[in-house]
Amino acid sequence: MGQDIFEFSINFVKLHVILFSMIGLVPFMVWAERRVSALIQNRLGPNRYGPFGLMQILADLVKPLMKEDFVKSKQHKALYYIAPILAVVPPALVFGAIPFSAPFSIPAFELWGFFLGPYTFHFQAFHLNTAVVFALGISSLSAYALLAAGWSSESKYPMLGALRAAAQNISYELALSLSLVGVLLLFNSLDFLEIIRAQNGPLSFSFFGKNVVWSFLPNWGIFYQPLGAFIFFVTLIAECNRIPFDLPEAEAELVSGYHTEYGGIKLILFYIGEYAHIMVSSALMVTFYFGGFNLYPWTKDSLLSFFGSEIMVSLFLFMVFLLKFFFFIFVFMWIRWSLPRFRYNQLMDLGWKSLLPWALFNTVMTALLIFFAN
Amino acid sequence: MLPIVTLIFASIGLCVVLISIPRLFGPKDRVSSTKAEDYECGIAPPPPSTGRIPVKFFLTAILFILFDIEIIFLYPFALAYRDFLQTDYGLGVVLAMGLFLLLFIFGLWWEIKTKALDWK
Repeated sequence: MGQDIFEFSINFVKLHVILFSMIGLVPFMVWAERRVSALIQNRLGPNRYGPFGLMQILADLVKPLMKEDFVKSKQHKALYYIAPILAVVPPALVFGAIPFSAPFSIPAFELWGFFLGPYTFHFQAFHLNTAVVFALGISSLSAYALLAAGWSSESKYPMLGALRAAAQNISYELALSLSLVGVLLLFNSLDFLEIIRAQNGPLSFSFFGKNVVWSFLPNWGIFYQPLGAFIFFVTLIAECNRIPFDLPEAEAELVSGYHTEYGGIKLILFYIGEYAHIMVSSALMVTFYFGGFNLYPWTKDSLLSFFGSEIMVSLFLFMVFLLKFFFFIFVFMWIRWSLPRFRYNQLMDLGWKSLLPWALFNTVMTALLIFFAN
Repeated sequence: MLPIVTLIFASIGLCVVLISIPRLFGPKDRVSSTKAEDYECGIAPPPPSTGRIPVKFFLTAILFILFDIEIIFLYPFALAYRDFLQTDYGLGVVLAMGLFLLLFIFGLWWEIKTKALDWK
């Protein structure tokens, strides 16, 4: 975590800042979701308290904290408490592995008679060289939260909702991980930072031995993997249990699915987990297919000569990442309020019989194109 | 490793603090028989669930494990693919992977043909 106490404390604080900003973004996303839905349905949405109705967030926060701490089940009391915690931890872990900006280095300096060595700080809670596998493995753990919630509620609707959620999550997990094989074939790395670095500069590829450079397009993954990006995005929506795929909590059939018997802050923790999943999903989408923090016509070197210091460049690239990140969060909300819900057999058919073969086709085509391009 | 463990404990700690706030400030648990009943809208609550689960879900889980392992085998292949193409074994790797993918496709075709994936 660090070679001395200075680096250790910086990294420690950074890790908590990332965690708390993720949790803190959730009320804003709930507010944004209500505003976006109002915009789409030609309503006003929350606009009374404070500017743009932003004070609504405070009311939404304080109310669940003042609720009664109610336990439905006597038999599975521990599981009933653990389930909401299990829903929050996996997306928080994956969120920590995502690089929000380019790492910057600080040269050696002297402070109070101590010589502090050169440091490299990453804009992420921890830098992993197997981050893709880590993200896939950890995020699929959140299916346990849904199952635990449904099981410990000891009631009909939560149990059905949890079963549906688990079956849906594991079905779409297949197409999700298979569509990523194309990305790995392209960039040859499991490291998010390496994948983002590979998407720098103009679109350039070798085709039957010729090197082609298209300078009007950035070197983003979406231009190599349009089908893979589409499948990845659809499966991400399904993993988040958002509306075209929100069968686990279909109100007309299951009241509200696996968290029917929950209330107060424990219900809010499920919402935090859900919105954290959306944040992680859009960050992954940006990382794999939309160039991460790269801003096309400018490279890191040209930005460095413009800003002068590496920290400023990193902060600027952080803003670029946030812009793309919030755009995808908006797309998530846009889709939720525009599309109707699937029937359950349609959902499973789409996952197994349509998305999985297409992801396989995408993998084979990518491998063959790379074979013939060399 | 240390930052991951720190993040796990930090997020668990945050959740525990959030859950315990209503225990301190919220109204106390007033036990009543209607409150502990299963949720139901308007009609008498159903008998407690017996824990019997449709077998379809088990089948989906088993098929998932099979296919997930097959997909995981594609990951090292994808990472080493370009390196292999530089060597003399390039065509061999492509053919071996083609055989593996044929097994994958055959498995998927068999699943669809035996209606293991039909939800009716």
